[in-house]
Amino acid sequence: MANHALNPVLAELRERIEQLEGGSQRARQVLPFGVAEVDRALPGGGLAFGALHEVAGGGGGTVDGAAAALFVAGIAARSRGKVLWCMTRPDLFFPAVAQAGLHPDRVVFCESDREEEALSAMEEGLSFGGLAAVVGELVRLPMTASRRLQLAAEKTGAMGIVLRRWRRQNEASDYGQPTASTTRWRISTLPSERLPVAGVGRARWLAELMRVKAGECAEFEIGAPDGKGRIDLLPTARDGADQTARWRSLAG
Amino acid sequence: MRWISAADPVALKLGLRIGMAASKAQAMVADLLMVDASPAEDAAALERLALWALRQYSPVVAVDGADGLVIDTEGADHLHGGEALLVSGLVNMLRGRGLTARAAVADTWGAAHALARLLAAETTVVPVDNVTKAVIDLPIVALRLPTETVQGLRVLGIDTVGQLSAMPRAPLTLRFGPEPGRRLDQMFGRVAEPIEPIRTPELVEVAKNFAEPIGAPETIAKYVRRLVAQLSARLAEDGLGARRCDLFIHRVDNTRQHLRAGLAKPVRDPARLSKLLCDRIETIDPGFGIEKLVLVAVFAEPLEERQVASSLIEEEVADITPLVDILGNRGHRLFRVAPVASDVPERSIRRIAATAPDIGEAWAVKWPRPTRLFANPERIEVIALLPDQPPAVFTWRGKRRRVVCADGPERIFGEWWHRPREFQAVRDYFVVEDELGERYWVYRAGDGIDPETGSHLWFVHGVFG
Repeated sequence: MANHALNPVLAELRERIEQLEGGSQRARQVLPFGVAEVDRALPGGGLAFGALHEVAGGGGGTVDGAAAALFVAGIAARSRGKVLWCMTRPDLFFPAVAQAGLHPDRVVFCESDREEEALSAMEEGLSFGGLAAVVGELVRLPMTASRRLQLAAEKTGAMGIVLRRWRRQNEASDYGQPTASTTRWRISTLPSERLPVAGVGRARWLAELMRVKAGECAEFEIGAPDGKGRIDLLPTARDGADQTARWRSLAG
Repeated sequence: MRWISAADPVALKLGLRIGMAASKAQAMVADLLMVDASPAEDAAALERLALWALRQYSPVVAVDGADGLVIDTEGADHLHGGEALLVSGLVNMLRGRGLTARAAVADTWGAAHALARLLAAETTVVPVDNVTKAVIDLPIVALRLPTETVQGLRVLGIDTVGQLSAMPRAPLTLRFGPEPGRRLDQMFGRVAEPIEPIRTPELVEVAKNFAEPIGAPETIAKYVRRLVAQLSARLAEDGLGARRCDLFIHRVDNTRQHLRAGLAKPVRDPARLSKLLCDRIETIDPGFGIEKLVLVAVFAEPLEERQVASSLIEEEVADITPLVDILGNRGHRLFRVAPVASDVPERSIRRIAATAPDIGEAWAVKWPRPTRLFANPERIEVIALLPDQPPAVFTWRGKRRRVVCADGPERIFGEWWHRPREFQAVRDYFVVEDELGERYWVYRAGDGIDPETGSHLWFVHGVFG
């Protein structure tokens, strides 16, 4: 991946394709994670503004999407401007989100009765312009809907984030269906850092970049956002020795 | 001769009745306090109430008789959570202002008028197409007929609406004129009875008549934009901004529809107002054509142009009020959250208006808080050492989880100043992590020793990210 980014021939080709794709499109802005390894995996060096991103939880998080919501909150916290948060189930506990650095004054919630209404609210928010990010907690995201959201985001340069959460854990296979989103993430919880004393350490996640346009999939072990919404890479991520133990524990 | 025209509950209890002679009442009750009735003031108060309802509830509100209001709730009830909630909310709101009210919702004005006045229940909701069943046993005074007609019908032995409607129409009309038949038809919805909404000279209103009926959505949108431009110009003259705008659509078949656009802050920008109205043009059914469009600013507030200091350095944060208006008018609930100084988690948060000024402060608590908080804490089966050890194992939603590490307890005391029952209540919260790294916020009701402090049952209250 790193080589690709550095290869001048590929970089030139990519530039030409981009010109073909959207001649009038303004220069893409990105929101870097501030972690070199993660940013290298993303074209442009960060999460693109004016694009749609999908985030879901793994394991029990497919239903509650707690880790995914906090991951999204961390991203939103590092952007500038207001955030529209569309949902149908109002169970987000904001003090936790505020601990990830997202101030309550910046977030406007939009509660709808039905999924389709939440989708339309998201689209309206994305095409409004002037918002930093539009977050939507959705169960289903059909191709057409995601395409509309992506186009609306491209027009105004707002970041669209769809937080997928399902009613049941086995419905999460829907996450393999293609959508028009630029990146697709899955955030699952890992056992937290062991402390030398009794107690629970900082939350750790496995962030899988399952799909990224013009890039390759990757996975990272990250620490949950701190008070300013910044994640960091865990030292164990480099050797992958911990992975097998994790999968064994998931299987058992 | 003086008569009693109104009496309070205490007076009614003493045996006084409306319509009783004042001298008789004074003879019955010593030291009776009597106040002269003032129909003009009553009418003015009723009109003020109608204007308030016009802003609050529906675009079509009118004064009904000397003692009531009629509100067309079509298309307005869902904003208040349905018809039943709308009327109970309305009655409660009026009670809060010291007024006793009875309300009824029915398919027709006539039926609602009768049910509100003749049933003892505070609120009545008649399901759609059930008017006949609801009014058949009501006495004929419910029909808004002149007193002589009612007495004449009584002489003939007709007491209820059902009996009257079973009578042959021709002899009835010959004897009493067309009025009983017309009122019956109005009650059963066989003839239209349009409600002419209340208007005052202050309301800014613009209208457009069409020589040739229009129907295409693009044409409607074009004329809505023109009307909005006229309305904004009129509002600008008065230095006002609209908070609620109603668009009335008169069709050639003499029926009327309406659209209401609400705004979070006063606005007279034509582009924003027309976007709000044109956004819902697809809900208009033009039928055989539209012959008249009327646009009214039913609720306007002073709006002055203000100079804003601009900073070249700071990044500008866009004003999102237009977006809030658009989404709010589509029926979404928009809100922001603000901290409340309370340790009880479910009380530490409150909803504020999306366009409220910035609060500036966030939660002061530094303890970890779950990302998802359950509205109803869920019971779990737990193995734990009393009094203050975290659970070793718990079973939640049918799955047994072994606790690897835990933090706690964080003791939260009940707030007896909210509810006296919480005087001794205690909750001990723990953060627990299972083998998979999934972390939960569990609590025990009670301090683990004293049964007075709680049931000592365990609950999951939230999930951490």
